[in-house]
This record gives sequence, C-alpha cells and structure tokens, in this order.
Amino acid sequence: MTREITILSGKGGTGKTSVTASLAVLAKNAVITDCDVDAPDLHMLLNPAVLETQEFKASRVAVIDSDTCVQCRKCEEHCRFGAITQQGIDPILCEGCGVCVYVCPLAAIKLEKRVSGQAFISKTEYGLMSHALLNPGEENSGKLVSLVRKNAKKVAEKENCDLIINDGPPGIGCPVIASVGGVDLGIIVVEPTLSGIHDMIRALELLNHFKISAQVCINKYDLNEQNTLNIILFCEKNKVDVVGKIPFDSIFTEAMVAGKPVIEHAPDSKVSNAIKKIWRNITQSIE
Amino acid sequence: MIITVASGKGGTGKTTVAVNLALSLDNVQLLDCDVEEPNAHILLNPKITQTKPVHSLVPVISEDKCVYCGKCAKFCEFNALFVAPKTVLVFPELCHSCGGCMLVCSKDAITETKRKIGVIKKGNSNNIDLVYGELNVGEAMAVPLIKAVKAEINPSKNVVIDAPPGTACSLVSSVHKTDYCILVTEPTPFGLHDLKITVQVLKNLGVPMGVIINRAEVGDKKVYDYCKQENIPILMEIPFSKKIAELYSRGVPFVTDMPEWKNKFQEMQKTIQRCQK
Repeated sequence: MTREITILSGKGGTGKTSVTASLAVLAKNAVITDCDVDAPDLHMLLNPAVLETQEFKASRVAVIDSDTCVQCRKCEEHCRFGAITQQGIDPILCEGCGVCVYVCPLAAIKLEKRVSGQAFISKTEYGLMSHALLNPGEENSGKLVSLVRKNAKKVAEKENCDLIINDGPPGIGCPVIASVGGVDLGIIVVEPTLSGIHDMIRALELLNHFKISAQVCINKYDLNEQNTLNIILFCEKNKVDVVGKIPFDSIFTEAMVAGKPVIEHAPDSKVSNAIKKIWRNITQSIE
Repeated sequence: MIITVASGKGGTGKTTVAVNLALSLDNVQLLDCDVEEPNAHILLNPKITQTKPVHSLVPVISEDKCVYCGKCAKFCEFNALFVAPKTVLVFPELCHSCGGCMLVCSKDAITETKRKIGVIKKGNSNNIDLVYGELNVGEAMAVPLIKAVKAEINPSKNVVIDAPPGTACSLVSSVHKTDYCILVTEPTPFGLHDLKITVQVLKNLGVPMGVIINRAEVGDKKVYDYCKQENIPILMEIPFSKKIAELYSRGVPFVTDMPEWKNKFQEMQKTIQRCQK
C-alpha cells in the first residue's frame, strides 16, 4: 500500500521546501508533490521535465451581455460579494455563485468556466513529480491541491511507488486542509522563533483535528537554543516525536541558488547529515 | 493612507517589516490579515481590549416545509448541500454564504443562521492600534474573516496591513482597495519566483508597489535585475543580520533595539506618499 506524508509548517519560510527536496532524493522510489500551488518552489530544486499538462477549471465567473442588460440592477442588489457595480462585474470579487444569473429577468448573465491554473505530471532525476500552478490571484487552491494529490496517487499506483511525499503550503486554511486530509503522517518543520512556535502549535492542532499523526523537525535550531529546548519540551509533553534538528547554515541558500537539493549540493555537510538522520527516523515510524 | 505589506512567499520578513514600519510612524493602525497564522501580536504584546466573534451565514433547512425537491443542492455551486429522499445535509465549511439556496427554494424552507468562523481581537501596544483575526482551526475559508478585519480600518490613521503569504484569494482580499503595496522579498531564486507571481496579481489589481529586499546579500542579484526591468522601485534593503534574526526569535521588533532604523522607515513612508501624488 502506498504511504503518504505531508511536510507542513504553519509559518512560511521555515525550510519546508528545502527539506522536502532532500527527502525526495533520499526516498528513491517515491512520488513527490508540490501542494503549495499558489507559490510553488520545489520545481526550482528538482528541475522537473513536464510529461503531461492538464488545464484546471474549477471556478466560474459571471459575465453580463451588455446588449441584453437593461440596467435594472437586480443582480447588484442580490450579490453578496459586492462584485457587481454599474461598471459591470468585478471578476476578482465574483465567487461564481450564480445568484445574479438566477435573479436576472432577461437572462443577460451567464456563468463561464475560467481556467484557474494548470496541473503537471513530470519526471525528475529523483522520481516522478505531481505539481501545479494556480493563475495569479485565483481562488480554489484547495481543489487544485486535491487534483495534485489525485494525480500523484494515480502515478504511484501505475509505477508501483510505495510512498508519496507532499510539500505543503503555509497556513492552516483550505489548501493546507486539502494537503493533509487522509495522509499517514504530517511532519511540521518549525524554526525556534516565537512566531514559529505559535504557528507550529496551530499546525499541530490542525493535524489533531483531522486525527493525523504528527512529527516535528526543528530547522535552524541554533538560532535560539532556548526556544529549541522549549519546542522539545512542548513536544515531549504532548507526545509528539521530534525527528531531528538541523543547524542554521547558509548552505541551504547556496544550494537554492545552485538549484539543487542541499543533500546533492553538499552531501557531507552537517545539514545533510542531519537530514539523513531525520529521514531514518521518519521511515522507521511509517513502516 | 493604507499600505499593505505582502510577499508571495512566506518567511521573507513581511511581519517584521509591517511591525517595524508601524512602530516608526505616528497615529498608526496595524491590521494583521494573516488570519491563518497571525504573528504581529507576538512582536507587539498588545493589551487586548476587545474580542469579538466573526460569523458567516449558512443555510438551515426546515424539515417541516422541505419537500426534498433538490433545487437548492442543484443550484449550489459549492456542493454545500446534499438532498436525499428524506433528509438534507448541509456542509457549512463549503458554504460561501451567497444566499442562492434560499432564493431558489419554492417552499420557503430555508433560512440562515450564523456560524462562528473565528474571532477579531483589538488591542493597543506602543500607541499602535492593532487589529487581528484568528481563524478557527479546521476552518477552510479565510476570506470572510479577512474582510471582517478590513472592516475595522480607521481611515484617519496611517494604516498598515500585514497580508498572508501566497498569491491566491486571501492575498487578493487583503490587498484589494489599498493605496500601496510593499513587497518583501529575499534575493534568492525562491524569493524571485514568488515575487514575480505577486507582481502579476498586483498589476491585475492596479495597486502601485515597491520592493523591500530582506536578508540582502544572501543569494544572488537576479531580484535587483528584475525590479529594474519591471520599473519597480527598491524602497529599502535590510541586511542579513544574526542580530535581527535573534531579536525576532525572541519576539523583539528590531527598531526598538536599533532605533536608527525608525528614520529609514519614516523616509520610506514619505517616498511612498510622494509616489501617490
């Protein structure tokens, strides 16, 4: 059976993607996804070659036919999103609910599907990758995340891969919920700052809420060793495994500029050794 | 004037910039619109004076009146209703509160009820009026809560909005109808990539913008080249400094320990105001 893990963080910029890229190298027979569909970065480290592209059409937007419209403004009155003014429909505010279409006495409005982004299946040096790109400013990122995961499962089955590793988006809202639902394990990458701890706790609550087992990985642990200790104590108290600590090192940024996972860029560095240890801990816990 | 601080990518220093800017100005209101993970209050330690719930409207079906015709479910674009032969299921997390189901019901069987999705907290710290939202854990939709935070804008103040990461609906609703947007980025390939997407969103929205480069000198020069090519002004560079990072890890905004930065933030705000005229 294919196992599935998601790397998340609550807060952005804690090193989720850098860690995921190295885990992808270590995992060998895994399908990798980038579930951060509105600001994906993993492809810059894994350099995927796209095999398949799929248009993502989830949302619709109201369009007025100005020849038929008599400006009765019923639509404006009923729209709860303030999307309709005398200037027309603001596609940014329109949620595509269809209320305006329903109330228009002259059938001057219709809903049109809009392309909100694209999903890709790609090949990388380290295995297959499922990823996507939401068009700038679009909504429905949760649905696009679900499509990315569905594609990953399909590929994993076909290619007999026993693991899917998801690089999750920041936050705890719809795209994150879509990237953790039903996975076997959530790994929270945290940095030892007060805001990092605050967001880790909210991410842990989220995993508890959906009854998903959680592990914590501390990145840049030596930035503030007191906070690191506090994280470890908090995790002990709440029976959450800390799978490892990674030191603060500019080698992560250097690897990023080189466009490579750090474990390839500097295989014998302290950072890479820490990640190898983390990977051993993770694999033990999902076996 | 309403200035939004955004970044595309998380962790570039948005909250650091928003809080330090707010601490450098007079007569300030700071709104934290990152309702999934609000952090500004951690740096400001405000005295919370008011907490109020934020609700969204969701349908309630009167089983006495309902004839299970299924019109509501058919109408709902968000699959928030499911009609079975003898029962109707409502999925409140999926509901966008458009009111369409009520409109199409021919038996007047649908009314609406309030459902709590989070809270707004208001407080004061160092003469900054702080407003922030906290989305309930497990709640998918942040936009209604962001709108509620923005409804608290006091136009007689210098308003600073701390936006959520990403470039999707949450960012759009945070930056919509604000006067200027500061994009915080770091000079790395990730920073540049996410900056480009955010610039696209802001161009679509017609919001003028400038860039702050945080952790300057950690990566490469491509962010500078890009800004020049796109005619986006670089408003400020914040160096990579272990001191700033360490202050942040303890929840201390760096202008309180390095007051010379207050002037720089004030000058920057003047530059932004001049761009507006």
